[in-house]
Amino acid sequence: MLAAVLSGFVFAFALRFVGRYLRNGNAVWATALPLGLFVYFASLLPQVGRGEAVTEVWEWAPSFGVALAFRADGLALLFALIITGIGTLIYWYTSNYLKDHPSVDRFFAYLSIFMGAMLGMVLSDDLIALFLFWELTSISSFFLIGFKNEEAASRRAALTALTVTGLGGLLLLAAAVLIGQAAGGEYSLQTIREGGLDLTAHPWYGIILFFVFGAAFTKSAQFPFHFWLPGAMKAPSPVSAYLHSATMVKAGVYLLLRLSPLLGGHDYWHIPLTIVGAFTMVYAGVNLLFRTDLKSILAYSTVAALGVLVMLIGVGTAEAMLAALVFVPAHALYKAPLFLITGILDHSAGSRDVTRLAGLRHVMWPVALAGGLAALSNAGFPLSFGFVGKDLIYEATLHSGSWAYWLTGAAVLTGVTLFYGGFIAGVKPFMGVLPESFKAAHLPPGALWIPPLLAAAAGIFFGLFPGLAGHALIAPALEGLMPGANAHLAVWHGFNTVLLLSGITLAAGAALYYFFKPSSGKEAFVERLEGISPKGIAERISKAAMALFGAFTHTLQNGFLRYYILMILSFTIALIGYGLYTGGPVNVDLSRMTELVGYEIALLGIMLISVLFTVFTQSRLAAVAAMGVTGYALCLLFVFYSAPDLAMTQFTIDTLTVILFVLVLYRLPRYLPISSPGSRLRDGAVALAFGGMITALALAVLNEPMTPEVSAFYAENAYTMAKGKNIVNVILVDFRGADTLVEISVLTIAAIGVYSLLKLKPTND
Amino acid sequence: MEVVLALMTGVLYAAGIFLILRRSFVKLIIGLILLGNGANLLIFLLGRITKGKPPIIPGELKTLADAYADPVPQALILTAIVISFGLQSFAIILMKQAYRILQTDDLDEIRVSEKEEI
Repeated sequence: MLAAVLSGFVFAFALRFVGRYLRNGNAVWATALPLGLFVYFASLLPQVGRGEAVTEVWEWAPSFGVALAFRADGLALLFALIITGIGTLIYWYTSNYLKDHPSVDRFFAYLSIFMGAMLGMVLSDDLIALFLFWELTSISSFFLIGFKNEEAASRRAALTALTVTGLGGLLLLAAAVLIGQAAGGEYSLQTIREGGLDLTAHPWYGIILFFVFGAAFTKSAQFPFHFWLPGAMKAPSPVSAYLHSATMVKAGVYLLLRLSPLLGGHDYWHIPLTIVGAFTMVYAGVNLLFRTDLKSILAYSTVAALGVLVMLIGVGTAEAMLAALVFVPAHALYKAPLFLITGILDHSAGSRDVTRLAGLRHVMWPVALAGGLAALSNAGFPLSFGFVGKDLIYEATLHSGSWAYWLTGAAVLTGVTLFYGGFIAGVKPFMGVLPESFKAAHLPPGALWIPPLLAAAAGIFFGLFPGLAGHALIAPALEGLMPGANAHLAVWHGFNTVLLLSGITLAAGAALYYFFKPSSGKEAFVERLEGISPKGIAERISKAAMALFGAFTHTLQNGFLRYYILMILSFTIALIGYGLYTGGPVNVDLSRMTELVGYEIALLGIMLISVLFTVFTQSRLAAVAAMGVTGYALCLLFVFYSAPDLAMTQFTIDTLTVILFVLVLYRLPRYLPISSPGSRLRDGAVALAFGGMITALALAVLNEPMTPEVSAFYAENAYTMAKGKNIVNVILVDFRGADTLVEISVLTIAAIGVYSLLKLKPTND
Repeated sequence: MEVVLALMTGVLYAAGIFLILRRSFVKLIIGLILLGNGANLLIFLLGRITKGKPPIIPGELKTLADAYADPVPQALILTAIVISFGLQSFAIILMKQAYRILQTDDLDEIRVSEKEEI
């Protein structure tokens, strides 16, 4: 199973080297990968059908308790078969759709990474591994949405999708860690479940739910995070069909299904899911009525379908779970072909505008057939898989307790709009008279129309024989979620309320399709409301955030050295000043200090004057001279206080510096009064504050006793061990000889730097 | 005396920082030098000052018998003086060359690395 998951990644990597062979339509061979995987997963069906999950564990990061633990149970297998089954059709379709595209190999690489990540996600038993694969699907989706990377709109849509789903990914990580910690460091979902831990009673239950919902709602495009999905329609049609209707957007639904045995059974779980799901499906259903772009219509109808699924999980009865599990493949089987057909229309007729497309059945009847079949299943006509799903949904809402009327009403309303959306996309472009402008359109190659037709036909096939799917696919999945629930699917349930509701849906949908015509005027009407829609609000938030952080960065990182220094100093003053303040007053014990004598006062007076002169003089030469005087005064101080070596060094270095300075200075211009009085005042205040702080620190330290152990060691051993009488010398050249060597190296480097600077001849004057 | 020296250290620090915050390259370097002097004085002061007793073992003795000035801060400062000379000479030459090429002493005008954007 590890090989199955990794095959997508390996294939993508291999494409880096052999990708050029995929051009010119040869990419059809890539279809072998998803097909092979599909066959492999189908071969697991009998074993899983007996209720035995196929498991495989690979140690990954045992110290963190993270493993690549795969577990193919009924639910995982249902999703894996959708991923690889629809994937096969998509690969085949794309091999022709992007036949002449120069980066077709790149596209297949992204697609394969996505497929591998998606398989890894549904098969992972380990929460952390699940999170990683979840993130990989977001990232590969980013690249696929932005595949037309030369278009700004594509890039923006890709970024929006990544931001929203990436946010969800973070929340999922938080949820995964919390669940794992609540379970005592156990990250295997199956082990946690078998351990019988009651998470609903755990104090973290609320916060875990918050994170899980955040992850699921962003990924599965629930209100108010739904807006990235219609935006993601910038991707090529196969991507929309695969990621944004059949598989990836159902990852959130999968997560909720997977966690429902662990987290379900509490009002906190059921009520938010039901409300958000129901609101999303109605909101998206109404929204699609106003769209004219085929992909937009399908995107909103996908959001509505996802809302239905979330609502069903929220209702959470065995009937609702069964309905959700049937609706997932039913939706994939009709929505994917509708998207693929949109791609064909875009390619052949050059338009996705539903108000213009008409009569195309005359030139591409197999496509029209596929569209019709998909639309029937979408609408929930009897003898289609969609009908089975719709029946179960009504059944579930009718028995959902106190909210039954509301939910059923919302479900019927959504059903009507879905009917409309499906017919607009799958039927309307083919009806009526073929306009002159589309006369040039012709039947595309088989690789384009066979995949959607196959999927749509499968939707009808499972509608005719629902028991087949129910027994092999749905029952094991439901058994895993709700042990002992009845998963019997049938075409005919007799005359009852559900059938009546189905009839109402079909009649109302047909009436809506017949009387309500999409127009650009209606689209313009909803676009005016964009500003107060979640999308508009999110865009404003992101713009404001960018502006805020931009201003923040420009203030802090403005490229002026002195502002950096100013900021560092201010912060240091605040920090140390606070420490000094809380440390209480510094009481200087004058009795322990040495006396002040006359010549010292004179020396310090000279030093003070020279420092002030250095700072305030307008002459450059005078400043350097005064600086030299300061150095010599320091030198004398060293003499007074028993540091002859320091005095000699200071004297030499100070002299050298002044000479060097003067040599260079005579070439320089006069000082210019370039800083404003305000900035001088501010800098002066900061400088004085810092100086005062240093004085206070020095006094505070002087007040503390000192332990001269280190000095005593050197004093005792300087002669006995190193045969030197000048202790400072001995320390430098003997005890710390290696340090001095490094110091000499630093000086050498500085000398080399000076030399090369002097040699530098500017080339571009 | 220590109190006055502590004040002097503060003055050197304040003067150094004030000059570093100026826009002129020359003042920046002078500021660095003053700041370095201040830091040396601070280390010297905190190692406690002793008058007239250098850490040199006299004549025939093998160890220092009398009280003596602490040699460790002195060794540190000696290193610091030498290293700061390396830094200062490099900065001075850098300033010279920068002025020769850019004809300016104003740090704000040599903020951007690309010449076209100046």
